[in-house]
Amino acid sequence: MSRLLPFIGFVLLAALLGFGIWWNTGHDPRTVPSPLIDKPAPDFALPELDDPSKTVSKASLLGKPYLVNVFASWCYVCGEEHPVLMTQANRLGVPLVGYNYKDAPGDAKAWLADHGNPYSVVIADRSGRTAMDFGVYGAPETYLIDAKGVIRYKRIGPLTPEVIRQQLEPAIAALKKEAP
Amino acid sequence: MTPELGQLALILALLLALAQSVLPLLGAWRGNRALMAVARPAAAGQAVFVALAFAILAWSFLHFDFSVRYVADNSNLELPWYYRIAAVWGAHEGSLLLWILILNVWTVALAIFGRNLPEAFAARVLAVLGLVSVGFLSFTIFTSDPFARLLPMPMNGADLNPVLQDPGMTFHPPMLYMGYVGFSVAFAFSIAALLGGSMEQAWVRQARPWTNAAWGFLTCGIVAGSWWAYAELGWGGWWFWDPVENASFMPWLVGAALIHAQAITEKRGSLRAWTILLSIFAFSLSLLGTFLVRSGVLTSVHAFASDPRRGLYILCFLAVVVGGSLLLYALRAPKVVGGKPFAVVSRETALLVGNLMLAVAAAMVLLGTLFPLLGDALHLGKVSVGPPYFGLLFPLLMTPVVLLLPLGPWLRWGKGDGGLLKGVLARCAVAALACAVVAAFFVHGEPKAILGVAAAVWVGAGVLLYVIKRWREMPRGRRYPAEMAGMLLAHLGVAVFLVGVLLSESLSVTRDVRMAPGDTQTIAGYRFRFDGIKQTVGPNWHAEQATVTVSRDGRPYGTMHPQKRTYPHDRVQTESAVDAGLTRDLYVALGEPMDAGNLQGAWALRLYYKPFVRWIWGGGLFMMLGGFVCACDRRFRGKRVAAAEGTDEAVPLPREARA
Repeated sequence: MSRLLPFIGFVLLAALLGFGIWWNTGHDPRTVPSPLIDKPAPDFALPELDDPSKTVSKASLLGKPYLVNVFASWCYVCGEEHPVLMTQANRLGVPLVGYNYKDAPGDAKAWLADHGNPYSVVIADRSGRTAMDFGVYGAPETYLIDAKGVIRYKRIGPLTPEVIRQQLEPAIAALKKEAP
Repeated sequence: MTPELGQLALILALLLALAQSVLPLLGAWRGNRALMAVARPAAAGQAVFVALAFAILAWSFLHFDFSVRYVADNSNLELPWYYRIAAVWGAHEGSLLLWILILNVWTVALAIFGRNLPEAFAARVLAVLGLVSVGFLSFTIFTSDPFARLLPMPMNGADLNPVLQDPGMTFHPPMLYMGYVGFSVAFAFSIAALLGGSMEQAWVRQARPWTNAAWGFLTCGIVAGSWWAYAELGWGGWWFWDPVENASFMPWLVGAALIHAQAITEKRGSLRAWTILLSIFAFSLSLLGTFLVRSGVLTSVHAFASDPRRGLYILCFLAVVVGGSLLLYALRAPKVVGGKPFAVVSRETALLVGNLMLAVAAAMVLLGTLFPLLGDALHLGKVSVGPPYFGLLFPLLMTPVVLLLPLGPWLRWGKGDGGLLKGVLARCAVAALACAVVAAFFVHGEPKAILGVAAAVWVGAGVLLYVIKRWREMPRGRRYPAEMAGMLLAHLGVAVFLVGVLLSESLSVTRDVRMAPGDTQTIAGYRFRFDGIKQTVGPNWHAEQATVTVSRDGRPYGTMHPQKRTYPHDRVQTESAVDAGLTRDLYVALGEPMDAGNLQGAWALRLYYKPFVRWIWGGGLFMMLGGFVCACDRRFRGKRVAAAEGTDEAVPLPREARA
């Protein structure tokens, strides 16, 4: 019997791999949802980029759904994403909070001045410590947070018109439906 | 027309592979010598046709035949000729062809060198290799035809993945495949032994050099891959526990265990079943590695083209090969067991503990690699265990191996000499402690670095003491037979590797900085000045190249030129600048411009100071060399079949030792 153990182990392994093939035909293996999805967003309080004396916190944003877009002036892909945000941000119907990630304030301001500012407010996280609570892998990333402060959707990588149409807009529409 | 010839050659090779696998098996079963004799010529013929197919694909690349889809997808008119050759194995179809070619090279080599094996056994071994070849050839012909045409023919091709346009990366896949495929020899020996129902120690002796050489190649491939990741990815890391890396690391671990298990079985006849099981595992994990890389079941930083249909085929193949051999093992293993008993303190025990640790480590890596899949299957959500899991468990499992490593050669087969052992233990421990205390001053009390020095000295001292002992006690010419020299080299490699890993991990300095022209940064006494960007061009790329001037104590030290290359189709690849040194590397990677419109302005740069990082690959090279040297031992050539059952060449008798 004990000599059959390697065989049995392999059968289990093969079953798992077979499952993997079946699963991947229906799922995109590249979407890695954050473990924080459907969990409350971490408590945060960060200074505004333009006026560090003012802070924006989770509490101050409660009551309405909003988007958080993680960006940085040093981030090349953010530059590609930026024109999409410029054209689509005000069509989405929710405020877009800019989350300036590990950036020098001067660079960030100059970057927004050059490329335009699609954000309703920009908060700055120079140390990246709060971003760790959010589970930020790197810029750009986008979070959809509902009126109760719960993360409902996350995109790792740039928002493209297709992603907005196929994923983000349905997610926002679903939130609107829930709201009284 | 020529590509169709290639296709034809592959089909003929498949037919010959079928002949090579089916007829000799029948012959060995029925005792028909004519059928058994088919194996050798069929293997040779198959190799000729596979080589022809490979040459035709290379020819298509050299002549820019973009009517072949694979050529059009992986090369273009600007690609230099040497990378067009490398492009033959640059993607899925061609790398399979390379796999098959290497399998054929190993098979032919075995057919030549294995002449003194018993007829039926040799026929079975070649037949098993033929079966493996049937699987891969039909996979290639039916799902991944490298000669498929593309109509209409494009004027120019796409490009070879720029990631692969690097000398290190060019040799990485062939070396890796030499290793993967090389384990097929030990595998075929084991299956043949199970089929025949007996396992002679002499056969194991003949299998050993193949395993050692295969393991040496695999080591070389992994070192090349690790070096490439370090130099090219721009993160300064050398190992990422990425699924694709793990896929090559698991067979390496099991292969290391197999080398030692084969030594026990050959010398003492014990642990036959374990040796058979390990050789099945080593080859199965090589196949699994191919599956993981090619099926797209797991995501990885190595974004290869993947296709579920291919995955399904490889899974079926895997099920037949691995499932079949493990079933065979379950049914037949009781027939081949045997060997001598051994005491608790003996070389067998030490090797067995090391073996188990290596096997468990391989299982641990397998579990970690497949964990995301398990998460999907059990509805735990998307989970992946990253470096923290491996970083905790792997060193834990390897600690006993490192502790036992220097003692192995001092222990005797069957029973140990406790007195001698205590002396060695004490000397190694004293040396390790003394060096650790001295090192503590130089590494600012960093515990991991101190541990690294101690562990390396522990292993190194054991090896060196043994070298000295042999020098003193053995007559000239018999001091270091190749088998032992190889073992000592490989073990020394472990010591070198330990220095590299633990010191570079604990003492590295990394800095992500924004630098405008003229800005300076100082790390670890080296002053880096950013002197701006200029444009350069290569054969098929253009690049922004930074000039970074390094000085130390006010004296100029050198200039470094990290690049950001743009290949056709806007594929961007960083090219880090590395100033390599025996005791430290300086490493500069160019990030992004702070302002995309102004390339002459400030840039993001990553600066690294990495002490002893080179020792990591140095250790790997020692291990590789050990594998190769060991494989050259004359004892394995099979001429002296009557050798050494029960005698012990590795350790002199205690009477001599005390004399």
